[in-house]
Amino acid sequence: MLKLISTRIVQGYRTSPYPKKVIHLHSSYRGRPSINRDCDPDLAARCAAACPQDAIDPEKRLIDLGRCVFCGLCERLSQGSFISFTTNFELGVADPAHLVYDGNLPELAAHSKQHFKKLFGRSLQLREVSAAGCNCCEADTNVLNTPFFDLSRFGIDFVASPRHADGVFVTGPVSRNMKTALLDTYAAVPSPKVVIATGSCALSGGPFRDSTEIVPLTELLEVDLFIPGCPPHPLTILSAMLRFFKD
Amino acid sequence: MANLLPVFNGRMVPRKEIPVLDFNLFRKELLNFAADGGYIVQFFGFMEEDALKALAVLRKADQLYAVSCALPDEYPSLTSENGKFHLFEREIAEQFGARPLHHPWLKPVRYHVNQRGVEDVFGNNYSEDIPGNYEYFRVEGEQIHEVGVGPVHAGIIEPGHFRFQCIGEIVLHLEIQLGYQHRGVEKLLTSFPFKRLPVVVEGIAGDTAMANSISYAQAIEALSLCHDPDNTARTLRTAALELERLACHVGDLGALSGDVAFNPPAAYYGRLRGEFLNLLVILSGNRFGRGLIRPGGVTMPLSEKNADLVVAKIREVRPEIIQVADLLFTAHTVLSRFEACGRVSRETAMDIGLVGVAGRASGINYDARVDFPTERSGEFAPCPHIRQKGGVYSRAWVRYEEILHSLDQVEKLISAGNLDSTIIPSPVQHPAPNAFVVTVNEAWRGELSHCILTDEQGRIARYKVKDPSFHNWTGLAMALRNEQISDFPLNNKSFNLSYCGFDL
Repeated sequence: MLKLISTRIVQGYRTSPYPKKVIHLHSSYRGRPSINRDCDPDLAARCAAACPQDAIDPEKRLIDLGRCVFCGLCERLSQGSFISFTTNFELGVADPAHLVYDGNLPELAAHSKQHFKKLFGRSLQLREVSAAGCNCCEADTNVLNTPFFDLSRFGIDFVASPRHADGVFVTGPVSRNMKTALLDTYAAVPSPKVVIATGSCALSGGPFRDSTEIVPLTELLEVDLFIPGCPPHPLTILSAMLRFFKD
Repeated sequence: MANLLPVFNGRMVPRKEIPVLDFNLFRKELLNFAADGGYIVQFFGFMEEDALKALAVLRKADQLYAVSCALPDEYPSLTSENGKFHLFEREIAEQFGARPLHHPWLKPVRYHVNQRGVEDVFGNNYSEDIPGNYEYFRVEGEQIHEVGVGPVHAGIIEPGHFRFQCIGEIVLHLEIQLGYQHRGVEKLLTSFPFKRLPVVVEGIAGDTAMANSISYAQAIEALSLCHDPDNTARTLRTAALELERLACHVGDLGALSGDVAFNPPAAYYGRLRGEFLNLLVILSGNRFGRGLIRPGGVTMPLSEKNADLVVAKIREVRPEIIQVADLLFTAHTVLSRFEACGRVSRETAMDIGLVGVAGRASGINYDARVDFPTERSGEFAPCPHIRQKGGVYSRAWVRYEEILHSLDQVEKLISAGNLDSTIIPSPVQHPAPNAFVVTVNEAWRGELSHCILTDEQGRIARYKVKDPSFHNWTGLAMALRNEQISDFPLNNKSFNLSYCGFDL
């Protein structure tokens, strides 16, 4: 008992003041990219050719945030003069067209589907389906339940049964071997229901795009909320859900 | 032994130097080696001039050996005489359609079409969903009941299917059927352009991104003419690998506490785990270290200011971790669940070739950082272990010992300074032709190994990845025998194995 109390005193209260206060991530963190649209076309072409995810359109100076794994190679090659990564972790979009990014993201709260706010704004239960996710997206979603993020305080919970859920939260590129399990889980969720795709894999196949062993999620289900990243920072996931369902 | 070629971790060998034995001699050599205290690091099939060959990498003490043979379409299995070959032979059967005769447990591993386009060993045509023709082991009897779990599990975890054969609460046998995470990683690593490979490798098992990236980078460095990593790169790689271990081990101790319904350490360790991921952000810009390690070095040096931040944080969290461990390991409610639960005896562990935390908890003192050191891991004294009885308690305690050991390593590596400049790696040129390399590293779960064979043009002809979970899933099944089914989550967490690292 004494040990419990003394540990409690040392550990204290650790829950983040987000979203009431702004959080600044360490300057090394690679969040939302900024694009210099006036950069040298040769440099843009070189970055596009080197990009492991072929996520850069050098002509139009666009980045496909669905494909991007935020590895930082383009920033390094261009020494920040074409693309540089900021610490802004807000990346969620509701319209897949917005994933093709020119440096500006529209306000998520404004273009998310209003009826979801009414339905799920105060209470949202989600069934997570890892469909060949590498355990990064899964781990950084799980971490939302730790005291620092304390997801439950927002009325959002991950639940065990799809019958108790308001939607599915999908991670991974969806392997052929998980397709049926994913669709069965989705079917077991009562309507109306929401689909959230999290991480580069769920958005585009990620590193595994072009594999014959995967089936793109967007061909299977209509996705309502897209959360880019490899994996998305827990705050990216949290902010996207708060903007989409609450703001 | 005379027929085996001694090879070295991360050093290139021309393919023609690897002895190609007659199959019967190959089989005899491997069986003798395994019976004489040797272990199997890799045993896989590959195609050479349209013929199926097998290659084995073996280890005994601190030496690796390689040997090869032409593999017949049907052959007397090695597993029928030694369990260490069990999954390797199933994998070869699934990937290349070669049937090991009299294999006692011949079932699919991941459920996919074989690469050779020959008749499927399991009689599947893959038009049906997983598991296809898969005969689950069944115990029959009036009071026997079967419990099936998954592939989708109750928490936010990866998918897999478990079948328990129970009598009352007691588990007689647990069968673990995986494959749901299969993404075809090995095929992608031979078909994708070089620029895509580091990103695929980081995704083999995201929680092991550092160990996989290091294993890949070392293999490519051995094969190609790119410059060797400088001291900064070696230091940061070693530190990143230990930070990955720290994050996972600390998280596991919290999760183990949560699984016995003792919430304070679960909350504290859950948060402390995040501190290590945030340190990886300082090193790499990503919470899992992605983007940091590339063939030739690392992509970011560590400024003096950031190095100070890392060292200060390590010094800050060490006493917290020790205090929470004291709370966890002295709570009688915790000990009554941890003690004598899920024991894997040393004999069983040796029979199946357990590695890593689970192996050390069962008394097998093998740590690749000691026996096959890479980067700067050889500079540190081995982590001592005092509790090796093979159960949940030992697996938890080994983690705690390794946490303290890794904290010291990271502090020493980073506080020595001089990390603020490094040669940024340039893109990979074509590797050497007709070459072979094996790399071995101690990932946080245990021995991780990558093998590459290049063809005459220097392209990657075969890429083989072996995650430590490939050995250890069998250990979990053994641990559950005669345990209560309600202890499954606790045992599962005490192994905490990789689904995607296994499924590839």
